[in-house]
Amino acid sequence: MHRRVVGQKGGDDAEEGPGAPELCKRLRQDDSEDGAVDWRLLPEEILLQIFQYLPLLDRAFASQVCRGWNQTFHTPELWRCFEFELNQPASSYLKATHPDLIKQIIKRHSNHLQYVSFKVDSSTESAEAACDILSQLVNCSLKTLGLISTARPSFMELPKSHFISALTVVFVNSKSLSSLKIDDTPVDDPSLKVLVANNSDTLKLLKMSSCPHVSPAGILCVADQCHGLRELALNYHLLSDELLLALSSERHVHLEHLRIDVVSENPGQQFHSIKKSSWDAMVRHSPKFNLVMYFFLYENEFGPFFGDEVPVTHLYFGRSVSKEVLGRVGLTCPRLVELVVCANGLRPLDEELIRIAERCRQLSAIGLGECEVSCSAFVEFVKMCGGRLTQLSIMEEVLVPDSKYGPDDIHWEVSKHLGRVWFPDMMPTW
Amino acid sequence: MFFLKGDSVNMAPNSIHWFRKGLRLHDNPALQEAVRGADTVRCVYFLDPWFAGSSNLGVHRWRFLLQCLDDLDSNLRKLNSRLFVIRGQPANVFPRLFKEWKISRLTFEYDSEPFGKERDAAIKKLAMEAGVEVIVKISHTLYNLDKITELNGGQPPLTYKRFQTLISRMDPPEMPVETLSNTIMGCCVTPVSEDHGDKYGVPSLEELGFDIEGLPSAVWPGGETEALTRIERHLERKAWVANFERPRMNANSLLASPTGLSPYLRFGCLSCRLFYFKLTDLYRKVKKNNTPPLSLYGQLLWREFFYTAATTNPRFDKMEGNPICVRIPWDKNPEALAKWAEAKTGFPWIDAIMTQLRQEGWIHHLARHAVACFLTRGDLWISWEEGMKVFEELLLDADWSVNAGSWMWLSCSSFFQQFFHCYCPVGFGRRTDPNGDFIRRYLPILRGFPAKYIYDPWNAPDSVQAAAKCIIGVHYPKPMVNHAEASRLNIERMKQIYQQLSRYRGLGKNFTIFFCHAVFFPLACFPGYHHMPDTGHSSGLYRCNVSHDMAGPQHSGNRHRNVYCMLHEYHTVNITYSLYIPIYNILCGVQQATCCTQEEVLQVRGSESRNEILTVKMTLSPPLTSYNGKLQRSRRFMLPVGTSRVW
Repeated sequence: MHRRVVGQKGGDDAEEGPGAPELCKRLRQDDSEDGAVDWRLLPEEILLQIFQYLPLLDRAFASQVCRGWNQTFHTPELWRCFEFELNQPASSYLKATHPDLIKQIIKRHSNHLQYVSFKVDSSTESAEAACDILSQLVNCSLKTLGLISTARPSFMELPKSHFISALTVVFVNSKSLSSLKIDDTPVDDPSLKVLVANNSDTLKLLKMSSCPHVSPAGILCVADQCHGLRELALNYHLLSDELLLALSSERHVHLEHLRIDVVSENPGQQFHSIKKSSWDAMVRHSPKFNLVMYFFLYENEFGPFFGDEVPVTHLYFGRSVSKEVLGRVGLTCPRLVELVVCANGLRPLDEELIRIAERCRQLSAIGLGECEVSCSAFVEFVKMCGGRLTQLSIMEEVLVPDSKYGPDDIHWEVSKHLGRVWFPDMMPTW
Repeated sequence: MFFLKGDSVNMAPNSIHWFRKGLRLHDNPALQEAVRGADTVRCVYFLDPWFAGSSNLGVHRWRFLLQCLDDLDSNLRKLNSRLFVIRGQPANVFPRLFKEWKISRLTFEYDSEPFGKERDAAIKKLAMEAGVEVIVKISHTLYNLDKITELNGGQPPLTYKRFQTLISRMDPPEMPVETLSNTIMGCCVTPVSEDHGDKYGVPSLEELGFDIEGLPSAVWPGGETEALTRIERHLERKAWVANFERPRMNANSLLASPTGLSPYLRFGCLSCRLFYFKLTDLYRKVKKNNTPPLSLYGQLLWREFFYTAATTNPRFDKMEGNPICVRIPWDKNPEALAKWAEAKTGFPWIDAIMTQLRQEGWIHHLARHAVACFLTRGDLWISWEEGMKVFEELLLDADWSVNAGSWMWLSCSSFFQQFFHCYCPVGFGRRTDPNGDFIRRYLPILRGFPAKYIYDPWNAPDSVQAAAKCIIGVHYPKPMVNHAEASRLNIERMKQIYQQLSRYRGLGKNFTIFFCHAVFFPLACFPGYHHMPDTGHSSGLYRCNVSHDMAGPQHSGNRHRNVYCMLHEYHTVNITYSLYIPIYNILCGVQQATCCTQEEVLQVRGSESRNEILTVKMTLSPPLTSYNGKLQRSRRFMLPVGTSRVW
């Protein structure tokens, strides 16, 4: 088979590497002489380059071509990044990483692994398998680790001790973890202590939403010790004034992202509030940080929120949010950049939106689901925000026609103020 | 008298019209062809009795179909003709019929669905071998779908907006043809034997093996006659309210309406073209306006859109191997699926809708959104394919293309939407029908609950539950999921998937396109991350090289230049031009993002010779999606709000 990978268009590919032109010449010469290309002449760097673009399976096939290619196949560079996919046929439609491959990686490449993630389906077996692999990664030094539940949070179903011991293997051995994603896992305070003891100099990102075994004190210990932490995601119950003060201490680098999930476990739950002075300290320390807040609350649980100014930049109301709370958003969120409202009652949000346009001068993206806004108010809102609205996703049903604008002319009017063609989002009528 | 096989030169032909969909005598161009100049015509419908019992169509759909056939038969009787219901499979039976009835012409309505096209091709071949002329006419859709695809450069449009643009460039649909009448029949007759009823009669549900004891009477009676009554009522009502907008949802619109048309369009008891032109006429009469907006035809165009998307895609109803479907790691969970399908989720709003679906075969489109969202991306994280199968069994108007297309849409698996929110199984219903009458109607067990608790009865105090004579957990199930928690998780999952999609290595043999922005978790599980020097983290800025696409067709002069660039990371991205490309404008800012996604590649326009460093803020995602196994960019693909950037 004459698959001409290299040298097809000469000059085009020549810029790839210094050795390429001669190689192409040589390959072409060989080609003309006996009609065969001597692939052994392909320099390893080029082969490596090609391999980097191939999916693992293709690389594995290619590795069976000859000894040289097999050697390249095992080059450490190609094994730095790996995603383990652990799925069971009974609980997932997707294929799993082959057990033999996992064995091989642990045997030959575990010391090369640096960027590792585990994608785990909803079965406990898969989560267990992930822990088994983790506990065998004794001689590797990971830079990033992600434990990702692709369906239900299956790590939560494991015995806590089993999970913790596997995780601490990585914490203890890695010593230079910079990024750790452990949402929806039974990680606890003592294991975070181990993390901090071994990786405090390098940790930059920690994502741990919905980890019920961590306490505010546990996360405070991370913030106190890991001064390089730039990105943090956690649930609201872990957020405290002390945590914000720790993150805005002098020794701490600027924070880039802080994501807070506000989820109510039972209706009518009481939430604590955060002092304005703590947020102020945070903004003084990291003037550019993004505060991302996801709310999944019942309408009557918003009491402690949006009373004082809060430096939130990205707001997502996943459940219903009342008209009154949205009115407070306009008053208390001067840094707001993005706003998503999934649902609201049946009263139009006219004044609330206009107030947001007036007060939130950075607002550039908005999405509205099950709510109502009169067409005139919406046009007014767009007019006030103008071109800075880069994303404007409004469900068609949201816009209530009034005497000024009907459903057919609203898109012209809005497009005019935006300076680009705009349509409301439509859902199939079927 | 001697007949020569296929001799249609001297003899008036004997025709068969084959009914599949299009169960009507009005606007049926293929049926007219069968009659035109013919000696005899026989209208046939194939039913496989064995298939009836084993197929996954529910009893409501069978009843609707049989009523359609009955109606067709009685309308044909008025023309001294009859319907021939043939027991068996077309491919097996047609050769015998051709011989027995000395057939020289076969007509049928064009079927755009891949399975139908395959079946029809086989029958055509068979007919040709038997010397039978085959005439096929388009009348189930407004347009010739292949023309739409052609206008779009050979690919079916993947967004409804794109589809609307294409439609607005096309001529209006053809006018409906005249209804079959005695005049049109002329001297064409249908030979009917004494034992027609026994041999070719329309079977009953019992004959097909259905147990009809306790089956309530049909809320949606099938048949062309009913369809024509309904369309008049539908238009009268529209004229009366003089309102052509999509009616706003309220408690009443949840119930089956005597002006509803969707099942009739599905079976072709009602011609979509007739509907189209009647709407147009009415609009002109009422609004005194010459050009009705496209939105007037919303319901018809959505149907057309999904037919167009499906016609060339035999895997349209699957996730695996379907080039337009995003692979989402759905959970396999038969118990949860059964609870959903059997109306035992513990969410009265969801259960009432599923009960209505099971009892009547129809639910409002927003109710479809509610239950589909609940099953897939909203709460249960179960594959849309499973939901589609349940709808196929129960929903009267479930068409292969429209059913699969809508499910892909509602589960965020295709036809990329920007907006992304989950319907709340409590709040959505409460807003629609605050009093909860809909729930009391379909879930009588909850009748005793006050409106305050009827959408979330598990929150009702024990005394209220006792007074309502319904203890949650005993008489009615507890909610099967914690919606707040489930929707939080699922939005996270969706975000993961869409972010990974936007990170695909794409295009070009030389370069990679990554427009990855604001990934909250940018380092781990980032294929290819290690290729990039880790320079950015200290400054929050990343550098990347932009190289000229030498293969681009327009790389000389002052024309647009195509530039592939490799962008990693979020916030601000410094693009360094490693080649000496003259630049003055780069169209990748937020403003022009829509334009960018319209083009195949990011465009850089060159004019004067300058080598400079540009700072570009990338905030939108590239339209990368898998198509035909290759990675290509779809026309419009943006991360939905709430999954993009720093979310």
